[in-house]
Amino acid sequence: MTTIAMPATAVQAGAERRDDAITKVSIIVSHGSLEGIYPALIMANGARMEGIEANLFFTFFGMDAITKQKQSKIRVATVGNPAMGIPTLLGAIPGMSALATRMMTKKMAALDIPPIDEFIQLCADSGVRLFACKASVDMFGLTQQDFVDTVEGIITVGDFYGLAAGGQIIFT
Amino acid sequence: MPVLQVLDASLEVDAEGFLQKPEQWNEDLALEIARVNGIPDLNERHWMVIRFMRDTYLRTGTAPTIRTLGKDSGVPIKELYQLFPKGPAKLAAKIGGIPKPKGCI
Repeated sequence: MTTIAMPATAVQAGAERRDDAITKVSIIVSHGSLEGIYPALIMANGARMEGIEANLFFTFFGMDAITKQKQSKIRVATVGNPAMGIPTLLGAIPGMSALATRMMTKKMAALDIPPIDEFIQLCADSGVRLFACKASVDMFGLTQQDFVDTVEGIITVGDFYGLAAGGQIIFT
Repeated sequence: MPVLQVLDASLEVDAEGFLQKPEQWNEDLALEIARVNGIPDLNERHWMVIRFMRDTYLRTGTAPTIRTLGKDSGVPIKELYQLFPKGPAKLAAKIGGIPKPKGCI
């Protein structure tokens, strides 16, 4: 096999890390709606795809994303969501949220965006570390057994800050 | 657009070093790109991913998502990140001589 002499700098051009490049992100997921959860998962997965270290910290209703019984029941909020363009009273009609969820899920599937349970697994397999918030777990009366196996632990806010040290924190 | 001189070939690359003309690619070049990007040697598993990436791009005009890569390349997600720690889709595309994947997923 011939060896090709190639200046390393040329192939690496532009790929060099700036001093202020993001190397680690810790993302807090606080909402339990479809549109509350997906952006966080997309950002965590996207971070790993760029070789950036990523943590996900689930708090309040955001914990639904990692709760076995709730993962597949996450829906779009059709009430109190002006961007949906549906009047609040119409959004409250039974079945509206399910319908909006079906439509959005279909569009996302076309873009190869997985359902939430699979996306959580994808994140975990990609090296994203998953944690649940201790205060929320206590408040909702949950235990580690309520969560999918990929959840590494239930941690305090203090633990979270320790985990996030040296990186960026994103609240969603 | 930056041009990379390799022996008698001039390779068109983008600012990050992704080949813009996949037809200019060959396996020796892949080894060299891998080496300067932190992968000193390519094993058969690396090649499976690189070929899948390249073939999909040449066939469809789009690089596969990480999800498709994990499902259809024959190499599961966990192993993809062991093989390409700095990002499997991005690195396999670069080594495979195709443009940088554009998707967010």
